[in-house]
Amino acid sequence: MSQADLTMEGHATGLTAGPAFSIPTKKLAMWLFIIADTMTFAACLVAYGFLRNGTPDWPRPFHSITNVALMTFILLTSSLTMLLGLRSAKMGDQAGAFRWTMITAAAGIVFALLHVREWLGLINEGMTLFKNPWGTGLFGASFFSITGLHLTHVTAGVIALVVVGLRYKGGRYNADDIEILGLYWHFVDLVWMFVVPLVYLLNLAH
Amino acid sequence: MTTAQEHKSGGIGKDLTVYLCLLALAGLQFVIAYQNIDASQMFVRMLAVAIVEAVLAVMFFMHLWAEKRGFLLFVAVFTISVLLAMQYGWTDSFRMLVGAPFSK
Repeated sequence: MSQADLTMEGHATGLTAGPAFSIPTKKLAMWLFIIADTMTFAACLVAYGFLRNGTPDWPRPFHSITNVALMTFILLTSSLTMLLGLRSAKMGDQAGAFRWTMITAAAGIVFALLHVREWLGLINEGMTLFKNPWGTGLFGASFFSITGLHLTHVTAGVIALVVVGLRYKGGRYNADDIEILGLYWHFVDLVWMFVVPLVYLLNLAH
Repeated sequence: MTTAQEHKSGGIGKDLTVYLCLLALAGLQFVIAYQNIDASQMFVRMLAVAIVEAVLAVMFFMHLWAEKRGFLLFVAVFTISVLLAMQYGWTDSFRMLVGAPFSK
């Protein structure tokens, strides 16, 4: 066997050796997406923190924590229901997995509605992207950007939950697909854990 | 998804425990928000709690703990190093407040 043959064989072996880190390719792709999305949110939150530090008249418009506390509770609980859906799927309980996945989607919808209510309250008080009655206009831009980006993720997650749930019920998807979607949903929950203290709780009107 | 993962992911009891811990930690953030401390201290405490929450969620809800050690290290080292690299500019964020030269 020539050196060229050996080299070719080496390449072929490398290409067919299986997915990196011995985890399924779809799951690896979701993890890579999550890592990339982590950087996006981190960049937004760092930029927000930079602006907040450097601006003397940063607004503190939040008088009540009830809405944001309820949103946090719902999102955290939806992570648990997602886990229950995955557990059911792995046990072969198709009806249970579909039910828990739809409950998770419903929780996501409630979260999104509460989020919109929060936005409308602030808009009614005079806050827009570029101005607000309490201080620097940068607040509106950063608040709507960060919470809007998160809300977009929640909305996309709800759509994905419904689609994957229905396809799982129809037999086109399996427990692995529920698990991969679960990774995304838990990530959305994880991001909220940083958005709440930085964007809401540090801006409470005492 | 993998046999090792199924063995290491534990039962419903572990999921419930982690969920209750996350709820408690989220509650702690709200308590910190009403403490009579300055904003920088409040920020540090809330961020510390959020990091603990994130670690719990990633390790147990996202089952990273049950993955291969090499993958866990890849995700942790790569993500943390990039996140740390983003922090280099914080000192400059105080420029407007302390009135450093060229800030106006």
